[in-house]
Amino acid sequence: MSELQFIGKNHSRPDGPDKAAGKALYIHDLVRPGMLYGKIKFSEYAHAAIKHIDTSRAEKLPGVRAVITAYNTPEIRIGFIKDNFALKKDKVRQFRDEVAAVAAVDPETAAEAVDLIEVEYEELPGVFSPDEALRADAPLIHEFDSRGRPKKDNLVPVPWNFTAGDVEKAKQLSAVVVEDDFDTPLVQQSCMGTAGCIAEFDLMNNLLIHTKTQIPFLAQNDFNAALTAMGLKGRSTRVIVPAIGGSFGSGLDTHAYEYIAILLAYTTGKPVKIVFNRHEEFTALSPRQATRTHIIQGCDANGRLTFRDVRMVLDNGAYTSWGATTPSVMMLPISSIYRVPNVFYQTTIVYTNNTYCQAMRGYGNPQAAWAIESNMDQLAEKAGIDPYEFRMINANVPNETTPMGLNITTCGFSDCLQSVARELDWREKRGKGRSRARGVGMASLFHVGGAARVYRSDGTGVIMKLDDFGNVSISSGGIEMGQGFTAALTAATAEALGVSPDRVTVITGDTAICPWDVGTHASRGAFTACNAAILAADKARQKIFELAAEHFMARVSANLERRMKKQQGFQAPNLDAVGNPTASDFDLRQNFVFLKDRPDDPLLRVPLDELLREAHYRQQGTIIVTEAFYDPCHEMLDPKTCRGNISAAYVFGVQGAEVEVDEETGKVTVLKFAAAHDVGKVLNPQTLKGQIYGAIVQGLGYALCEEYKAHRGKNLNPNFLDYKILSAPDVDFPIHVECIETDDRQGPFGAKGVGEPGLVPTAPAIANAVYDAVGVRIKSLPITPEKVLAALRERKNKIAKEAEAAKGGSNVR
Amino acid sequence: MKKTIRFTLNGQAVAVKAESHQMLLEVLRDTLHLTGTKYGCGEGECGACTVLVDGASVDSCIYPVFEIEGRKVTTIEGLVGERNQLHPLQKSFVENGGIQCGFCTPGMIMSAKALLDQNPHPGPEEIRQGISGNLCRCTGYVQIVESIARVAEKESANE
Repeated sequence: MSELQFIGKNHSRPDGPDKAAGKALYIHDLVRPGMLYGKIKFSEYAHAAIKHIDTSRAEKLPGVRAVITAYNTPEIRIGFIKDNFALKKDKVRQFRDEVAAVAAVDPETAAEAVDLIEVEYEELPGVFSPDEALRADAPLIHEFDSRGRPKKDNLVPVPWNFTAGDVEKAKQLSAVVVEDDFDTPLVQQSCMGTAGCIAEFDLMNNLLIHTKTQIPFLAQNDFNAALTAMGLKGRSTRVIVPAIGGSFGSGLDTHAYEYIAILLAYTTGKPVKIVFNRHEEFTALSPRQATRTHIIQGCDANGRLTFRDVRMVLDNGAYTSWGATTPSVMMLPISSIYRVPNVFYQTTIVYTNNTYCQAMRGYGNPQAAWAIESNMDQLAEKAGIDPYEFRMINANVPNETTPMGLNITTCGFSDCLQSVARELDWREKRGKGRSRARGVGMASLFHVGGAARVYRSDGTGVIMKLDDFGNVSISSGGIEMGQGFTAALTAATAEALGVSPDRVTVITGDTAICPWDVGTHASRGAFTACNAAILAADKARQKIFELAAEHFMARVSANLERRMKKQQGFQAPNLDAVGNPTASDFDLRQNFVFLKDRPDDPLLRVPLDELLREAHYRQQGTIIVTEAFYDPCHEMLDPKTCRGNISAAYVFGVQGAEVEVDEETGKVTVLKFAAAHDVGKVLNPQTLKGQIYGAIVQGLGYALCEEYKAHRGKNLNPNFLDYKILSAPDVDFPIHVECIETDDRQGPFGAKGVGEPGLVPTAPAIANAVYDAVGVRIKSLPITPEKVLAALRERKNKIAKEAEAAKGGSNVR
Repeated sequence: MKKTIRFTLNGQAVAVKAESHQMLLEVLRDTLHLTGTKYGCGEGECGACTVLVDGASVDSCIYPVFEIEGRKVTTIEGLVGERNQLHPLQKSFVENGGIQCGFCTPGMIMSAKALLDQNPHPGPEEIRQGISGNLCRCTGYVQIVESIARVAEKESANE
């Protein structure tokens, strides 16, 4: 490939100016003529039978246009295994269950009407932890499965098991074995822009829905199913995605509120908007799952890992989202980070009366990394090996196939480890700051980097359209949600086609215009769409060069003639020597078509737009539109063995921190943070680093302060005062990010996906640093001052008791 | 009961009818259709709704609109000059990666403006304090702080 002009260089995001000016339109900013405002009545119990719903007072309120419940609307089943309903009938299973909804002329009237709806409940005993839910006498959350068969327990019927080698034998043969339990809490995506949609029907009963989603095409499929349930089989859905104020996985499922807006719009014949307020965003959307992990790992006398045994329990909450498939991604690091021959992994997902969970950035990987990377440090200590050296000994290498069948092609793992160790001054600092309560720690990550086949198709389509003015519009099924998708696709299109980036317009988020895409998740947006853009650009270039073979010389002659007329004394070169070039003789760069063997001759080039007009405005003229559908070369996991090369490439990364612990208060202060990520190839340094900085700070929130707190299923902190995400003054330490380029053959220009990895190893890196600083290991996130202080006290008491015992012992002697 | 409120909005005199319980944010967005100022929490905790009132940054979601009588309000739209000329802060956010999803951006820029108007040469610590009331979930603040620092540097260079 010739030298890259735009890839690898800083380019400001094309979506930047409108966002800076406050002109970007988010769902909150959209208004449709005649629009009504929808509002949902949520459950007042975690688990209760619905005895009666009285909507009469709400219906009489002036300005109310519709009041709906499960009793006056068709049943719409939703969710990954269809165990959820748009509106709940007979019973509620969590505090956020939707029991009724209204549409009114303004938000105030809608809110007033919701308060006038009276629901009579009969409270049922609830279960609020997997332990409670798994007891033999536990009340059933779902009496029947989605096919109507009676259920006997509270297990979610989505089991995940993986076995490689012989773990029991390896345990016997290991020189060192360490086991422990690690917990993670519920955490909320905390998008600055809350969720919302506007649903409306045309007179043919086709649905148009503007909604905040990461999966416009899977959502279209879900909404079409809802139309069928509503008796509108065969009617179509058009999904339009406005500007997104952050998503982080919250848009990976369709939500009850969207179906309720659809039902209200159909009932009233008007567009209906539902936008969550912050309280609803916290209480009625799905957070990241809480997990409990029991992990055992072992190594031989040389520090080589011999086995890994991981048993995990996930609190699913009351219904099942795509989040139930996060174990398929947890399985990646569990089976494959570091070279480990014997692996056992089992996940049990359990229904409770807690809020139901969903995927969040990292898709289960942060929970897995928390257990693995904390336990790696424990194992290294017991084996008497420095944790950095221990990781180096076991690091994956390029071109190996892991026990799960993952084909690791490029791998910059060791480079990442070295980078972080260097940046943290590891050899000077590790184990040497105890007297000042300072320490360093690190943790690693392994993730999909070449999309992920969690759905039957992992493809993405683009349509590339060139206009008469040499401008290019590329429509893609992917979504811009702040991650820099538009910037990446603009640069890739410009680079691959040979035009300048200012000629490129990216169009996303409209199922009627953009070709199919499985969704913007799995760090796959830039990887897949840029690959598709390269394919479409190749086709467009071929067409352009065919047109050039026909019209190029005529345009050159015409331009020379015009110049001779205008410029006295201008001598046109003799074109006979050029002959009749064919399509393969041309190239296109910087908006000019020229002859490959005469790239520097200014007289022998034609502006792209001129050539396009020449080809268009004539009898039997033509225009250039190309398309491409890119589906990566990977495979779905075998449902029985959970083996398969799920991604076309894999990424590695290491993060580390230097921390100081206040032994009086337990507060952990980050002094310095270092990250090194194997990214394949940097597409745009500015947007890439921005994404990693942001992920690190999200990861630090997970490490230090974020926790969705609930008491018997009821959320206690549905606001930013009580749910703490980091603010600018909290990030007062240097963050060093190094991007390791490994140039993956599958990646567009060599790039691998990097959207999620930046928050995966952050929390264990902090925990490992805290251990180095003060010798206490925190095993449940977040690492709050209370937990650190309690652990320090426990350690102090233990040491005192041991000293006392030693003293007592000596007295006896 | 509705009352007419008169104030200066982005340099122009305006009069709006509003109820006593209404907050400035609602009037800006719903009555005056200036949707650049964002609703993020409605409780004064996230800063997405930040505007300037007589030059000071305030959370417009908890600022009673009756309090605005006779004052000067500047919103993100008011920073854009003629022919869509972005304000140096807006330009710097675009050029230095200070924007990702963009939802916190208008409020963030308004807080930055209030800071620089008061203290044209803030250090990194002062910048972080100046935007401490504005939450961002995408950027980790690093490139936001850089975006503001660059403007401060340029202003110093021009003096």
